[in-house]
Amino acid sequence: MILIYLILILLAGAFLSWIAGTKNSVWPRIIALVAVSTDLAISLATLATNAGNTDRWISDIKLDWIPQFGISLHLAVDGLSLLMLLLSFFLGIVAVLISWKEINVRVGFFHFNLLLILAGIVGVFLALDLFLFYFFWELMLVPMYFLIGIWGHENRTAASYKFFLYTQAGGLLMFIAIIALFFIHGDITGNYTFDYMQLLGTSIPGPTAYLLMLGFLAAFLVKLPVVPLHNWLPDAHTEAPTAGSLILAALLLKTGAYGLLRFVIPLFPHASIAFAPIGMTLGVIGILYGAKLAFAQTDLKRLVAYTSVSHMGFVILGVFTFNELAYQGVVMQMIAHGISTGALFIIVGQLSERIHTRDLDRMGGLWNKVPVLGAMGLVFSMASLGLPGLANFIAEVLILAGTFSTKVLFAFLAGLGLIAATIYSLRIVQKVFFGRMDNDYDIHDLNVREKVVSALMVIVIAGLGIFPRPVFNTAEPALLKILNSQRTMLIDYPVTSNYNAPATVNLWDAEAMENNKKQI
Amino acid sequence: MLTVPVQIQILLAGILFFLGLIGLLVRRNIIFMLMSVEIMFNSAGLVFIIAGTHWMQPDGQVMFIFILAVAAVEVSIGLALILQLYHHFKTLDTDAINKLKDKR
Amino acid sequence: MKILISLIPAIPLFGFLFLALAGKKVPQKVAGFVGAGTVGISMILTFAVSSIFIGSLHHVKTWSVVLWEWINTANMHADIAFSLDSLSLIFMFVITFVGFLIHIYSLEFMSKDEGFSRFFAYMNLFVGSMLILVMADNLLLMYLGWEGVGLCSYLLIGFWYKEPANGKAARKAFIVTRIGDTAMIFGIFILFLSFHTVNIREVMYNASMNWIAGSPIATLTAALLLGGALGKSAQLPLQTWLPDAMAGPSPVSALIHAATMVTAGVYLIARTNVLFLLAPAVRSAVAVIGALTLLIAGFSALTQHDLKRILAYSTISQIGYMFLALGVGAWSAAIFHFVIHAFFKALLFLGAGIIILVLNQEHNIFKMGGLRKKMPAVFITFLIASASLAALPLVTAGFYSKDQILWYAFSSEYGSVLLWTAGIIGALLTALYSSRMIFITFYGDAKTEPSFKPGKLMIVPVSILAFFSIVGGFVELPDSLGNVHLFSDLLNYTLPKVILKNTGIPDYFFQVLSGIIVLLGIYFAYLVYLKKPSAAESFRHSGLYSFFEKGWGFDALYDTLLVRPVVWLSEIDKKDFIDIFNKGLAQLALLFNSLLVRTQNGKIRWYLMSLAIGITLILTYILTR
Repeated sequence: MILIYLILILLAGAFLSWIAGTKNSVWPRIIALVAVSTDLAISLATLATNAGNTDRWISDIKLDWIPQFGISLHLAVDGLSLLMLLLSFFLGIVAVLISWKEINVRVGFFHFNLLLILAGIVGVFLALDLFLFYFFWELMLVPMYFLIGIWGHENRTAASYKFFLYTQAGGLLMFIAIIALFFIHGDITGNYTFDYMQLLGTSIPGPTAYLLMLGFLAAFLVKLPVVPLHNWLPDAHTEAPTAGSLILAALLLKTGAYGLLRFVIPLFPHASIAFAPIGMTLGVIGILYGAKLAFAQTDLKRLVAYTSVSHMGFVILGVFTFNELAYQGVVMQMIAHGISTGALFIIVGQLSERIHTRDLDRMGGLWNKVPVLGAMGLVFSMASLGLPGLANFIAEVLILAGTFSTKVLFAFLAGLGLIAATIYSLRIVQKVFFGRMDNDYDIHDLNVREKVVSALMVIVIAGLGIFPRPVFNTAEPALLKILNSQRTMLIDYPVTSNYNAPATVNLWDAEAMENNKKQI
Repeated sequence: MLTVPVQIQILLAGILFFLGLIGLLVRRNIIFMLMSVEIMFNSAGLVFIIAGTHWMQPDGQVMFIFILAVAAVEVSIGLALILQLYHHFKTLDTDAINKLKDKR
Repeated sequence: MKILISLIPAIPLFGFLFLALAGKKVPQKVAGFVGAGTVGISMILTFAVSSIFIGSLHHVKTWSVVLWEWINTANMHADIAFSLDSLSLIFMFVITFVGFLIHIYSLEFMSKDEGFSRFFAYMNLFVGSMLILVMADNLLLMYLGWEGVGLCSYLLIGFWYKEPANGKAARKAFIVTRIGDTAMIFGIFILFLSFHTVNIREVMYNASMNWIAGSPIATLTAALLLGGALGKSAQLPLQTWLPDAMAGPSPVSALIHAATMVTAGVYLIARTNVLFLLAPAVRSAVAVIGALTLLIAGFSALTQHDLKRILAYSTISQIGYMFLALGVGAWSAAIFHFVIHAFFKALLFLGAGIIILVLNQEHNIFKMGGLRKKMPAVFITFLIASASLAALPLVTAGFYSKDQILWYAFSSEYGSVLLWTAGIIGALLTALYSSRMIFITFYGDAKTEPSFKPGKLMIVPVSILAFFSIVGGFVELPDSLGNVHLFSDLLNYTLPKVILKNTGIPDYFFQVLSGIIVLLGIYFAYLVYLKKPSAAESFRHSGLYSFFEKGWGFDALYDTLLVRPVVWLSEIDKKDFIDIFNKGLAQLALLFNSLLVRTQNGKIRWYLMSLAIGITLILTYILTR
């Protein structure tokens, strides 16, 4: 039941804040904050009480919805979804906090939409019935369209249309694939159902499976986003309000990655192996092309948006390597990218709130006026380029190491992405905070609320950078189960993780090594 | 008295119908369009009469009465609308009454 | 002992956190106290740890401390763990000792700067990262330290951020070193995938057991690691960033770009010496690169007019010597030169800093002069350091370290006459440019007047370093001059001994020869720069001179080959050509709209006509089926 409560609390909060918004501007924010914090607390409690749990699902609930069509309300959480839920709730709280002063019109409706998006995201991460999954998938879209269209910046209308149509089209292709899967499974087994657990292992003939997988991929590749289906992202991110960009970059993109891991790989094992070279190529292209585009932008928010394209290229690269090391890297990248890019969007938002422009040529030398903001910008730009000590490094190293073990060329090209990341990250720091200050802005540094938000993000990303164990341990059972569906085709690493390292390294005998060397 | 074959009778009705149709399509003046519609009504009524005579049933005559009644109602309402139209647009030219067209 | 070891890098990192969070809020004295104090404590701890270490050297050669498990997933296992052996200990000594002296110096040097606490925050972060680098027991943690020092280098080169040129120099440094770092991480991947571990000692052991000398995989891995070393140590072909890095404050140049970060490459190669021994091609490449770099940089140093740029090229050149030594298997000689070089080069930079500060930011040596009388303390210490750099025979430490390298370049098993010749020409060049620097800066007429007298906080560290620039060499005397091998004995617990071939030429021959060359160089410089400056004038206007001055054209080469194409490539596609497809779809939809909208023209007759046509068609269809 907890899982249903998670969604219900968000829905209740949404309606309450809409109603409260008609009275007062402060109440919706507080209600939204309380709703998301409650959910975060519940998820943390779930994490804490299920530390050593290696069951398939930590929590599982299935209710009948439309039994005639085999549609049920099947929600379940395992390590992977739990991590995604924690990320969603944490960033949901951050989103409410940073919109505190930024959104002043129709506050109730804003928080209604925000909480509805979060509910959709949570549903996506929890749904195990394909119809229900599609329902939540589409649920994420409409409130986000409103978010961009009403509270966005100058070109918001076009951006919101583009976003909606693009993701809707992908979603429709996925829906066709879902229905096709429903019928195929029904024809083979006589049991017409949308339930994930029962659809797993359906033996679909090769070419059909490939087509169905492409249908699912249409939705997920658009969401990820993967070049060449990425064009909605820069416009949507740039025109959205800060909270909108945060939710978009940090969470919506992860639903695409989650979909790949949860649905595409287990449902179509052979087809995904066939698609793998294409997928990895698209990943590498995304990394390099996204970085190239990021470097060229003069609108700071657009620059950060393109860095999202580049970072998510690592994700799709890692997903199609089918080895555990890269998968742990993918999970870590989802979390680390969510926080670091989210923080960068927050910084851009704070900056544009103060100087009313996003144009890089009108910035420069701002460290002088806003050193704390500058320091935050520096930290998260370093995260963006993969500085060790922050979580993004671990993610990228694991993905690269995993890719390197199977396809050296792709790993090498992706490694060039590291250099490219340096170039665009330093551009951010250099053009915004360092250099001459040509325009004398009279701006104040971060206030307490903003400092609290930034501090939280820094603590999480640095903490995970030096202590990633909770993430690895939580995600491991889930990832191993996903990989087991690939067991017959695994190229390299064994699936079970049985490395037992001694806690301390024994003192090593230099003489023995001398002797060995003499034998060379 | 010669009996005209049914086909010729239907043909007459058809020609009447097409005359009405062409008149409807070609004329620009609303009143004439209304008159053409009347002709089409009457041709439909003629078909019913022909059929009734052919099958020796009174139903044909009954339908013609219906059609007459409908035509009368339609004409009266139509003329009322035309009066309003003229009042508003000061013209009876249908091509000039295109306010519902797309603005682009 | 384990706690002491873990505290050594931890304390400067705490210093960084304190200064980053509270630096602006505490008075400058407190910030300086914390900033310099943390490094001082690390230094004391290093001394303590060293004494314990040396005391128990015969039964424990390596100490390990595991703090916590960092990464443990799939087959990758890396802990936050330190391992201490004589190599890391020597580096720790240099980092903390020389670092502490530089921090004391900075207390006065940066005292009027508004970014005082920010400076010490970055410096502490640097010291902490560098210590992690040399103390790490696994390659990933070392990479953490490696990138950390790169970050601090970027921040400190661009410390005076208001000037765009500083930012450019900082970016150049970061990007060029990152290219090397990426090569290095791939080398680490190969090692990880071959041996399923990233622990340095396990990797070295496994490599020696499983890889055949000269095999492609060993060569590739060693070459990739060498790439990383070349970037950080500013050797050919990644040396272009170091001269521009002089944009940072002088203490930064002293600490990062002379004594420590740039020697990280030397540390890496020494630490992974097994791999280089397994890849003879790469090992010779190390020596050849070293030899070439020391020559190229030497020529460039001779033609600079900016005091700090002379020192920058000198650093590149001296690290070339260290690479040369590593390449011929003279591992401890390279480290010995590293230690001595740290002393005199740091001293040179600190002295240059004093001069530049006192002369109101004048960098051009041709606008200096006559400082011998005006700043005697600086003159004496600077002179001692330059003498050590030039390897003045017998009295300076530099003589002993450089001579050892030259000797091994010839007589090591992997050495050759060519390498030795390069080294000896380099020695001549070194003597030439260091004397040139002294003569033009300190002799002659004073063209700029000093504005104040440097204080004790600057003079004392500089004097201590001068002392060590003389005395430091006495721990390692060659056989013919005293036969003291304290240093190499300590290192040979960790590094292999150099293998000599039988050349039949005694070592004092080389010492005498190098001594003569050095004295010749000084004399020649005296003739040209002091006696007849006009002789140098004509050379200064030649094309060759400007070619050397511009760093042998590497900057221009990279600009044309790499920088311009990349910038052009990103500029032309700013709007993302793939968007054309989307815009095309939108245009198509609008086209259909404009076509179809013509059917909605509001004309009744039009609608009626379409009705009529439609009905006709349907009827035809039905009636003809």
